Amino acid sequence: MCSGRVDLKFVLRAFSNGMDGVFIGACHLNECNYITHGNYHTMNMVLLCKRLLEYIGINPERLTLRFMSGAEANLFVEHVNSFTKKVREIGPFGKSEGVDISQIKEKLAEVIKLIPYIKVVMNEKLSKRLETPHEDMSIHKDYFTKEEIEKLFSEIVSYWIDPAKCQACMTCARRCPVEAIDSKKNMVHIINQDKCIKCGTCYEACPPRFGAVTKLVGQPVPPPIPEEQRTIVRKGKEKEVA
Amino acid sequence: MHIYFAQAIPLIAYIDESCLYLKEKKCKICEGVCKNNAIDLNQKPEKIEIEVGAIILSPGFEPFDPRILKEYHYREFQNVVTSMDYERLLCSTGPYGGEILRASDKKHPHNIAWIQCVGSRQVIEGANSYCSAVCCTYTQKQVILTKDHDADAKCTIFHNDIRSYGKDFERYFQRTEALPGIRFIRSYVSIVKEDPVTKNVTIRYSTPDDGVKEEEFDMVVLSVGMNPPVNVEDFKKKFGIELNHHNFCKLNETNPMKTNVPGIFVSGALQGPIDIPESVFSASGAGSQIGELLKYRRGHLAKERIYPPEMDVSQQEPRIGVFVCHCGANIGRVVNVPETVEYCKTLPYVVYSQEQIFSCATNAAKEITDKIKELGLNRVVVAACSPRTLEPLFRDTLREAGLNQYYYEMANIREHNSWVHSKEKEEATKKAHDLIRMSVARACHLEALQEFELPVDKRCLIVGGGVAGMNCALSIANQGHEVFIIEKEKELGGNARRVYRTLQGLDVQAYLKDLIKKIYNHPQIHVYTEATITEATGYIGNFVTKINSNRGPVEIKHGATVIAIGAEVYKPTEYLYGKDERVFTNLELEEKIVKEDDQVMNAQSVVMIQCVGCRNEDRNYCSRICCSHSIKNALMLKEKRPDVDIYILFRDVRTYGFNEDYYREAASKDVKFIRYEPEDKPTVEPGEAEDGRPVLKVTVTDYILNKKLELDADVVSLAAAIIPAESTKEIANQFKVVLSLDGFFKEAHVKLRPVDFATDGVYLCGLAHYPKFMQETINHSYGAAGRVLTLLSNDVVTASGSVCTIDEKRCMGCGACVNVCTYGALELRDTKQGKKAFINPVLCKGDGLCNSKCPTGAIQLKYYTNDELDAQIDAAIEELFVEQLKAVGENG
Repeated sequence: MCSGRVDLKFVLRAFSNGMDGVFIGACHLNECNYITHGNYHTMNMVLLCKRLLEYIGINPERLTLRFMSGAEANLFVEHVNSFTKKVREIGPFGKSEGVDISQIKEKLAEVIKLIPYIKVVMNEKLSKRLETPHEDMSIHKDYFTKEEIEKLFSEIVSYWIDPAKCQACMTCARRCPVEAIDSKKNMVHIINQDKCIKCGTCYEACPPRFGAVTKLVGQPVPPPIPEEQRTIVRKGKEKEVA
Repeated sequence: MHIYFAQAIPLIAYIDESCLYLKEKKCKICEGVCKNNAIDLNQKPEKIEIEVGAIILSPGFEPFDPRILKEYHYREFQNVVTSMDYERLLCSTGPYGGEILRASDKKHPHNIAWIQCVGSRQVIEGANSYCSAVCCTYTQKQVILTKDHDADAKCTIFHNDIRSYGKDFERYFQRTEALPGIRFIRSYVSIVKEDPVTKNVTIRYSTPDDGVKEEEFDMVVLSVGMNPPVNVEDFKKKFGIELNHHNFCKLNETNPMKTNVPGIFVSGALQGPIDIPESVFSASGAGSQIGELLKYRRGHLAKERIYPPEMDVSQQEPRIGVFVCHCGANIGRVVNVPETVEYCKTLPYVVYSQEQIFSCATNAAKEITDKIKELGLNRVVVAACSPRTLEPLFRDTLREAGLNQYYYEMANIREHNSWVHSKEKEEATKKAHDLIRMSVARACHLEALQEFELPVDKRCLIVGGGVAGMNCALSIANQGHEVFIIEKEKELGGNARRVYRTLQGLDVQAYLKDLIKKIYNHPQIHVYTEATITEATGYIGNFVTKINSNRGPVEIKHGATVIAIGAEVYKPTEYLYGKDERVFTNLELEEKIVKEDDQVMNAQSVVMIQCVGCRNEDRNYCSRICCSHSIKNALMLKEKRPDVDIYILFRDVRTYGFNEDYYREAASKDVKFIRYEPEDKPTVEPGEAEDGRPVLKVTVTDYILNKKLELDADVVSLAAAIIPAESTKEIANQFKVVLSLDGFFKEAHVKLRPVDFATDGVYLCGLAHYPKFMQETINHSYGAAGRVLTLLSNDVVTASGSVCTIDEKRCMGCGACVNVCTYGALELRDTKQGKKAFINPVLCKGDGLCNSKCPTGAIQLKYYTNDELDAQIDAAIEELFVEQLKAVGENG
C-alpha cells in the first residue's frame, strides 16, 4: 500500500472524530517503490486538505505530511517529535480555534459529504505531478489557493431534473452510481439531493433530445414536485383519451 | 542450560557440558520441572552420515580478538569494548536490555571514542594486514544508533582512510559526519591509561594543528575486523580446500564461489572480508551452481504442503482471537502484556485472548492454529512485531486451521510501541490497547480473499551481454532453461573488452574469449547483438519483449528478466582531459601500458589523480574500484619500468579487503601516495621540467609535509568515475523498475535482496547495480541466476489477493483511476451503461492509488478497503469503536 492510498476522507474523518493532529508519512519523492509515484498525489491531497481545513476554520498545521525512507528511523522520530510538539502548542482540537466543536464537526460532515464532488472537480490538479517538487510543503502552499476553495463552495454544482422535460426513460437512474434517483415508469424522476454526490453522470446520460437534467451552479435546488403531480401524460395517450 | 539467543530458530533450550548431572550424575532438577518430559539426560552423541551431491561452505568469520594486541587493554580496562560487544549493548536483547551502559558503573557513557582498524591493516604479529572492509560503515551505524539513544552523546572516531566504497555508503558517511557532536579524526592512536577512580580511558592521538595530545573518554569501542573462522584449518583438512595466505578460502578468480574441489562451493565471509550484499550474492550464486550440478534431482526432496479445506465463514459473526506476544523481553519489558490480554477480552467480538512468549516460535504458531479450530475463531489478530517479516508465517497458521489467510491482522506493538516508548511503560501499555483495538476493528471487516496462480514461462531474457549477463546466462542455461541475451553492441563482452588484466593477474581478454565461446556454443542460449528494445510488456512469469537487432525485429516471451546493462566511464572535463594528449583515463592508461605505448614507456613521471567525477556534488558516491585500478596500473607499469616515478593523489585509499596487499606492495615499490582535500584539488597545467623537457605541472598540497608540491608529469592518469549507462533510465521505464539517487538501478533491499527488484520477476547484476570488481560482478551474476531459478523452477507463481476490485454499478466512468495506474492494470471500456473501468488483477500491485482517486468508491483495494480503514481510524477513539462495531453487527 502506498501513501497515495490515504484518502482525503480518512484525514477529514480523523478530524471529525476529534483527533488533534494527523501525521502522514510517505516515501521520499522520486524514490517510489512502485512505479506510480503516489506520494506526489498524497502531497496534492494534503495541500488541498490544508486549504479545506482552513476554510472550515481548523488550523491547517494540524495536518502534516513528511517524507522519509524505511531506513531513516531517526528522521521519522524527529518528524513525529516535532509534530507532536507542534500539536501540543496548537492545543486541543476546536478549543484553540475558538470554535464550538459540534459546529466544526457539522462543517466537517458537510465537506465529507462533498468529497466525491471535490474529487471530480479537482481531479486534474490532484493527479498532476508538481514540476519542481520540494519536500518542504510550505513552498507549495499556494498550489491550491484560498480563492479556489471559496469558489469551489460558492459555485457549487447541483443537478436537478426539470419535471417539464423528463420523459421518465430511466437512463439517468440506471447510470447513477449511488442510486440517488427515484425513478418509476411514467413518473418524473427525482434526484434525492441527500444521496446525490454531484458527479454529473446523470447530466451526461440524459438523452440530449430531452435535456431534462439541469446543472445548477451556486443556486438552490427547487423542491421536488409533489408525488401526485409526477405522472407523465404522454402526448399520444392524451389524444386517445380525447 | 541455555537458549542460544532470543530469536533462535528453533527456540529450544540446550544443556552444555557444565551440567552437574553430566559431570557428576547429580541434580536432575530440570527433569523434574519440565512439564513436557522433554529432557533426556541420557542422550549420546551420534554420528550421522548424509549423502549429498554438493557442499556449500559458509562458516562465516570470527571477529578479531583484540586481547592479542596488549596495547588496546581489552578485558583489562573495563570500559574498552569491541564493536561486537557494543552491538550487543545497543540491542534490546542485550545485557542491559538495549541501554548503553558502562560495565564499570552501569552509567550511560556520554563521550565515546571508536578506534578503527583494530587488527586490520596492521602488519604486526597477531593482526591482519588486509582491510576488513566493513568496519568503517558499521562504526558509522553505531554512531547513528548511539545518537538515537542519547542525542547529546559526543562521538569521536579515530580513523585511517574512510572506506565508504559501498552503495550509498558515501551518503551514509556524510549523514554521520553531519550529526552534532561528532568528530572524525584522522590519526593513529594509543590507549594510554584508565583512571583508577572514574574508569575513564585516555587516548593519545595527534592532529596536524595541535600535534600530539591526550583526551579522556567514558568508553572506547575497538572497531575490530574479520578473522577467518576459527576452525578454518579443520575445513581445509576435512574438505581438502585450499586457503590463501590470509587463511580465507583461495578463490577461483573467474568463479569466486568455486573451490579447488569439484562440488564444493563457498559463500559468505569464507571468501574474505565482505559485506552483507556480497554474502547474499555468493549464497544465491553458490546455490545456482549446485543447481547446475544437481538439476536432475530438483524437487525430489520437496514435500508439498497440504492445507485443510477452507471454511466459509463469511456469513458468521466475527469471532476474534487476539494473541499478544512478549517477544522475549522486547515487548513484555515495557508493555504490561497480561493486563493487555485482559483488556482484549473486554473488546466486542473478541472471544479469546492469550499471551505468548514468542508468537513466532513453532509451538506458539501451532497454538494459534489449535485455538482457531477449538474455539471456531474466524479472525485472528496477533499483537507483536512488524508484519514485514512474520506476516507470511502467521497467515500460514490460519491456513493450517482451514481459515482464509486474509482473516489475519497484525498490530505492531514492538517497533511502533515498546521499542520507542521504553521509558513510558504506562503510556506504552495504553498505546498497545489502542493499536490492538484498531486492529480488532479492522479485523471485523476483513474478507476472505483468493490468491491466484499464474503460469510461468520457463525462459529468461538477459539485457546486456557483458561479463555479468554472460555468466548469468550460462548458469541459467546449464540448468535447462532457454536464455535470450540481447546486447546493444556488435559484439559481446561489454566493459571487460577494455580491461586487460586484473589486480590479481588474470588475463581478462583470454577469459572473455573463452566465455564468449561458451555462450555461442551453448544450445540453450540465443544471442541478439546490435539490439534495442522497442517494447516491454507483461509481468512475472509472462513477459513479452519486442526487440530490433541484427536478426531483425523479434518478439521474445520470457518468464524472468535480468538487467545486466553495465555502466560507463565518466568523460572528464577536469585536469585538461581531452585538451592535452598527455592526460588519460585509467582505462586508457591500462591499454597503453599493456600495448607498451611509447608515450608511457618513455615517461619519467606519472601522476594519477583519484576521484575524478565522483564523490562530488554531481555524483555523490564512490566508484569503488578506482583506487585499486590506479594501483594495478602503477604495479603493471613498475613491472615494465621500475625506474618510473609514480604519484597517486588520493582522498582516501579505498583498497578494501585483500586489495590492501597491493596498496602495500605499491608503497613498497616506491609509488608515492599524496592525500588531497576536495576543497583543495590538485591543478594540472603545461610547463617545463628543470631539464627543459615539456611536462604537465601538477600542483597539490601535501598535508603531511604541510606544503604545496609541484610534480612534473609526463603522463597524467585520471581515475574517472563509473557512471550509469546511458540507457539506464529508458530500460528502467520499460521494465518498470526504479533507480536510486545516483542513477544506478535500485535493488529491492540494499542488504537483504540485492539481486532482486521490487518489481517481481526482474533481477539485477553487475555494474548496472553499482560499480564493482569483475570478481564481485561474477558473484552477483551467479546470484541473479540463482534468483531466476527460484522463479523458473516453479510452474506457477502466486499473486497477492490484495488487489483492486471494481463495483461496476458504482463506477461513473470518469477514468481518474485509469490515469494514475502506471502499471496499466486499469482500462475504460464502453458498456451499455456508458464507460466503465475494468481491472486486470494480475497487473495490479496493490498500491491503492486508484482507490483514493475514485469519487464514488467504486474501486476498492481489497484488504485495505474504505470500510476496513475507516473502522480502524474510528477505533482510535475508544467510544467510537463500540458504535462502529454495533453497525457491523447490524449489517452482518
